[in-house]
Amino acid sequence: MIKRVRSMRIGRGWGALFAGPALLLVGLYLVYPTMNTIYLSFLDQRSEHFVGLDNYARILTSEATLSAFRNNLLWLAVFTVGTVVLGLMLAVLTDRIKYEAVAKSIIFMPMAISFAGAGVIWKFVYAYTPPGVNQIGLLNQIRAVFGSDPVAWLIARPWINNLALIAVGIWIWTGFAMVILSAAYKGIPRELMESARVDGANEWQVFRSISFPALAPTVAVVATTMMINVLKVFDIVYVMTNGNFGTEVLANRMYKEMFEFRNYGQASAIAVVLFLAIIPVMLVSIRRFREQEVH
Amino acid sequence: MSNRSHSVSEASNASYKASNLSFNMSQPLVHLVVILMSLAWVLPTLGLLTSSVRPPQAVANSGWWTVFLNPFDFTQFTLANYRQVLGQTGMARGFLNSLAITLPATFLPMLLGAFAAFAFAWLDFPGRKALFIIVVGLLAVPLQISLIPILRLYSRAGLAGTFAAIWLAHTAYGLPFSVYLLRNFFGSLPGELFEAAYIDGASPAAAFFRLALPMSGAALASLGIFQFLWVWNDLLVALIYLGGSSSVAPLTLVLSSLVGSYGQQWHVLTAAAFVTMIVPLAVFFSLQRYFVRGILAGSVKG
Repeated sequence: MIKRVRSMRIGRGWGALFAGPALLLVGLYLVYPTMNTIYLSFLDQRSEHFVGLDNYARILTSEATLSAFRNNLLWLAVFTVGTVVLGLMLAVLTDRIKYEAVAKSIIFMPMAISFAGAGVIWKFVYAYTPPGVNQIGLLNQIRAVFGSDPVAWLIARPWINNLALIAVGIWIWTGFAMVILSAAYKGIPRELMESARVDGANEWQVFRSISFPALAPTVAVVATTMMINVLKVFDIVYVMTNGNFGTEVLANRMYKEMFEFRNYGQASAIAVVLFLAIIPVMLVSIRRFREQEVH
Repeated sequence: MSNRSHSVSEASNASYKASNLSFNMSQPLVHLVVILMSLAWVLPTLGLLTSSVRPPQAVANSGWWTVFLNPFDFTQFTLANYRQVLGQTGMARGFLNSLAITLPATFLPMLLGAFAAFAFAWLDFPGRKALFIIVVGLLAVPLQISLIPILRLYSRAGLAGTFAAIWLAHTAYGLPFSVYLLRNFFGSLPGELFEAAYIDGASPAAAFFRLALPMSGAALASLGIFQFLWVWNDLLVALIYLGGSSSVAPLTLVLSSLVGSYGQQWHVLTAAAFVTMIVPLAVFFSLQRYFVRGILAGSVKG
């Protein structure tokens, strides 16, 4: 991809000078801490004594972290599928309407605001007052219109509150999936779809046999990004439930271990688990990068 | 980088519209789905905005949608919530802190990232290829892995709770993406350009400042918006490195502590949340094109 002109490789000093500050910072803030955190995960809560794999053993047996694992898995499934499917659907459907730009801006807008802000927006949507009193939360008002009793969306466990949090994540990230998939969709040669239609294929068949295969690599990239997001999910849970009522996730649990329980060994072990979970993604993106460089 | 249409608005003009496809697609269904989803996406924010300008009593006792029963009765609106939020809850201070944090923490990773990206694209130094692969790998690393060691370094150096702490942290965390994005962009510039400059006796520094940077306006804008929104909207990094010191807390941190202390007082929370959103929304709606371009360049390399 890059054609480096030979004569330009002048003065190695310049290269080191230009790249140095950035590499130094990245080394200090990302590379060194990664190794240090791995080391700390084998020490006790005050990082004084070596405890072997005790922190990991506790993570895999304590109910608090196990519940966080389960919830992260639920996020992984529902959030990833939700954003990709909705993003794909919107990419295809908005291509067929005149107000495409407006609809896409609306769906994309949550990407601009903070997860904390989104958390407050949705906490209000989920607001609960007892039956018989005016509902001020949109969702319970919709239920009231249909004559149903209000639901305490953020408290009802185990499914409703976790799905309610995941819905906020989907609300934020669907626009991201849509934008990327839409660009890819518009890159598919129209003649292919047209000729299939002329041959009598219906829209679903066109999507299944032409659009989707063409979009598959992009879908994979988007799904990967979403999986990374799931592992890091923190703000939404921290602001909306702080992991109470069975909604804990790993990143929030790590924060608690760090600041509430001052257990640095345990917190480090959780961070290492997050890191390990992301290593396959790192390797894939490195390999994809190398393949691109060859072409 | 690809030539596909990069903006939401450009894209709408670029392609076929359903009206051109006189085939069997059930167009009303398309409209229905898109409109329902747009509503689901816009109503939560509209509810927030509406509630933030209603009196506390009204917010607590009736749904925000009731204002639309008499949409032209302007007496039902008030700015008192904003006055309260800015005056009493530290949001005004938070706003200034957010600016003080975000501006340097946007500029620094762009500058340092551009230097490094130029080196990776057009200069030579030991370990160039291996180091870039490490940068690509670091794109996905969860910040959590670095929190404890850096916090400890900060405590020892007396940096915890200072702006410098968070500027440096955001700069470092933003650099992998910055280097990656700009390196791809610089790499796509024609090499003859730099060759000619060197023949004329220009130094790499001159080539960078006089050639590479002036040609990268759009790429820098995309990156800048990305980093700006990321830092402005960040909660985790501020929470960890600024901790409890409210004198340096950005808006997100103030908002999240209000959620704890004002629990069900929605007139306060809605106004506070909207204050945190004003700047990113303004940036988003005025520069959406560059934001979209950054997303596309960062995730699907064309």
